Amino acid sequence: MMTTLTFDAPADPILERRRRIQSVASASLRRRKNYSRVAIGVCWVFLAVAIVPLIGVVAYVVIKGLPAWNADFFTQVTEPEGIPGGGVWNAIVGTAVIGAIATAVAVPVGLLCGLFLAESDGRIAGAIRFTADVMTGVPSITIGIFGYIAIVKNTGHYSGLAGAFAIGIIMLPVIMRAGETAIRGVPFHLNEAALALGARRATVARRVVVPAAMPGIITGVLLAVARGLGETAPLLLTIFGNQYLQWNPTKPMEALPLVIYNYSSQPYADLVQVAWGAALLLMVVVLVLSIGSRVLAAVLQREKR
Amino acid sequence: MALPNGAYRGLLATVAAVFVGLVLWFVISLIVQAKPAFSTLGFSWIVQKTWDPTHGKFGLLPFILGTIETTAIALVLAVPIGLGTALALAYLVPHRLRASLGTAVELLAAVPSVVYGLWGLIVLAPLCREYLEPFLTSVFGWTGLFNGPDQGVGLVLAGIILFVMVLPTMVAISRDVLAVVPNDQVEGAMALGATRWQVLRKVVVPGARTGLLGGLTLATGRALGETVAVALVIGNSPYIAHSIKSPAATLPSLIVNNFGEATGTELSALFGAGLVLLVIGVGVNAMARALVRSTARGGAASVAVA
Repeated sequence: MMTTLTFDAPADPILERRRRIQSVASASLRRRKNYSRVAIGVCWVFLAVAIVPLIGVVAYVVIKGLPAWNADFFTQVTEPEGIPGGGVWNAIVGTAVIGAIATAVAVPVGLLCGLFLAESDGRIAGAIRFTADVMTGVPSITIGIFGYIAIVKNTGHYSGLAGAFAIGIIMLPVIMRAGETAIRGVPFHLNEAALALGARRATVARRVVVPAAMPGIITGVLLAVARGLGETAPLLLTIFGNQYLQWNPTKPMEALPLVIYNYSSQPYADLVQVAWGAALLLMVVVLVLSIGSRVLAAVLQREKR
Repeated sequence: MALPNGAYRGLLATVAAVFVGLVLWFVISLIVQAKPAFSTLGFSWIVQKTWDPTHGKFGLLPFILGTIETTAIALVLAVPIGLGTALALAYLVPHRLRASLGTAVELLAAVPSVVYGLWGLIVLAPLCREYLEPFLTSVFGWTGLFNGPDQGVGLVLAGIILFVMVLPTMVAISRDVLAVVPNDQVEGAMALGATRWQVLRKVVVPGARTGLLGGLTLATGRALGETVAVALVIGNSPYIAHSIKSPAATLPSLIVNNFGEATGTELSALFGAGLVLLVIGVGVNAMARALVRSTARGGAASVAVA
């Protein structure tokens, strides 16, 4: 008698292999899915770990800084330890004057350099571009040392101008590269159309290219200003600090970052309080500049269409 | 103001030359001012161990080590946490929240470093002394890296503050480059049956690695050169740290703390410290740029092969 072939013969090698593949595949899928779930979970945990200190910084500055904000804070000059009251008016003036001088010099120079880079592709332009990139990453304290050597040593005294010089050098490469990027983003046919009408290159730049690149330029400039105003280390080596009101940039000045730095390590609660207030003010100014640059860029972009 | 074309090109070239001149002036003046230190102390002072101005000893080794150690602690924390956060912000967070969270991170990158220093000194230092350092000592004490008293200020805290400070920069850049990995590659991997994590790990991260390296470079540069945030929380001790909890100092904090009273050789030695810092900073930057260029080429080639 012939043995009957049962339908699910265990000896059938093809079916056996298929079953084995299926079990291996489903085990692998389960393993991969579990692994994926764990790894994605770790990403979420890292997100939480990152958010906690960042929110902590902002929340602390707001909570500790707001009580320091009163009329005196914005109108009086800093008082030495032991004397109650006092504000940071001298530091606000110093930061504003230094920021204004640095911006007034760095923006035109930076934009012209940006134009140069955007219009040149040679080896020299490449080297300048590389230099600018490296300069954006140079430790700011070395630029403070440069401000000290170049201005303080030569004039014989600390001054707001030396600080503005250092801050301007920190802002310059940022404005250059942001300007170049914005100008390169302008469609080339705008250039060609203007040139075809017989316009000179200078006219094309002033009337066509720069206006078209304006949203990007403004964003870059405001971000550079925000960065410059928050710099502390270069100011420590150049403006020295001044507890009296000083509008004259050829004299030593006070600045908000300096107040924060000098008062935060003081053992007096009222001085630490002033440091928190100054930190909140500086943070608000920087955030307003950053947010303002975005809003302005968006508005200009919309108007152009 | 319609300049003739030649004059216009001349003006631009002149301004660009002014920029180059400024940079050259910067580097040369730093070298010239640091030269007295090199001529009286030779070159070996850079790697000597003792900083003792009253006895004419200006060894920079403790500060170079301090700079490297704080940066290393910051990066050990920032690389995994920054990458995980950037992945979450680019692919895991619900679509509606992505834009606003991304903007928030970018804004945090603009917060001045002195604010982080203030927060670290007043809020984090006590927490570090009371909770974090005892905990670390009890868990990792056997390594011998956590000997000594819990002081709050020191290498650990400086590293943590640098981590918090560079995190927004790193996340903002990483998120941008992760988000622009072509969608069809992501969808292709999913169609082949890859899990969510496999898509991120094998497609998104490799596709963005050039930009990720760029973000890492920027973070490293900021951590190496940060002055005030570190000077506030590191404890400023001119000795080589024996423990991760010890107070220490970095090159920038050395400069900023001693600048006011320094004269003569000490002042020149501080300029020399600035020069060393500049060399380290530019070196890291140039190395990373070369690395980015080579991986970018490799990336393009692998895409072409695929």
